[in-house]
Amino acid sequence: MKISVIITLKKDVLDPQGKVIHQTLDGMGFQDINEVRQGKYFEIDTKETDNDKAKAKVEEMCKKLLANLVIENYKIIDPK
Amino acid sequence: MKSSVITFPGSNCDRDMDVALKKFGFKNKMVWHADAELPKSDLVVLPGGFSYGDYLRCGSMASKSKIMQSVINFANSGGMVMGICNGFQILVETGLVPGVLLRNKYLEFICKNVFVKINDKKNKYFKNVDNEVLEFHIAHNEGNYFCTNDQLKKIEDNNQIAINYCDENGKIEDQYNPNGSLKNIAGIFNKEKNVLGMMPHPERMIDTSLSGEDGSLFFKNLINNLK
Repeated sequence: MKISVIITLKKDVLDPQGKVIHQTLDGMGFQDINEVRQGKYFEIDTKETDNDKAKAKVEEMCKKLLANLVIENYKIIDPK
Repeated sequence: MKSSVITFPGSNCDRDMDVALKKFGFKNKMVWHADAELPKSDLVVLPGGFSYGDYLRCGSMASKSKIMQSVINFANSGGMVMGICNGFQILVETGLVPGVLLRNKYLEFICKNVFVKINDKKNKYFKNVDNEVLEFHIAHNEGNYFCTNDQLKKIEDNNQIAINYCDENGKIEDQYNPNGSLKNIAGIFNKEKNVLGMMPHPERMIDTSLSGEDGSLFFKNLINNLK
């Protein structure tokens, strides 16, 4: 089963990379952008076949390694 | 005094640290990250570098390596643990010191000498250092210290800020902040002040012909404080 995780920076954390991407897009003519925030995306292929168990394991992975909860939020995408 | 320097895959300041520690009288051992046992030590150093290629977040992989459980136990039992640069990044990922180190504010790798002001001398790292200001070297891409407001309040209430970026006279202002760190923070302690994480490299300032002597002051003082 494949489970996806999206990690984003928390609202109050400065994202200098997102800012530069915003400026560059702006310079390219995409001038109606309010803000760009950069994040991370993971695809985890697990042997677990039970949906809930797999999600619980991935949540543990997020808390222990994939995200730093001081600055980041994680969102687990339901496997289809 | 016995010290141990942990080498992770991608560490590159481990041998500099070994040279510095030995120069000022430590009997130093190099310890591989995959070892489980920490040799008997009075000081454990997590050196600078790019452990695990800075994958995921700087220091995140190294913080989970086998030796780190022993280092965490050592720190929690009052042992002296110092993390320099990538070592500081590893320390924040273990949670031994609060906060995180973000990408530098202006997205540049910074490599230069800086001045830092000692904020607290009631600890074994800076006790009896005569100077208020030290000149150290920094070389990092992710040294922008950040923590939540709650954490900052606790850090300030417990006097856990070790050093702040400043000018040569010790003036702490925004213009002397190289990387955007909250409150110009260059280094912090854990609550008990036996764990120190800092971005500057004292081991790069131990030879007058190569650099400066403020690292020498730091190490001489440190070994005396540990005796």
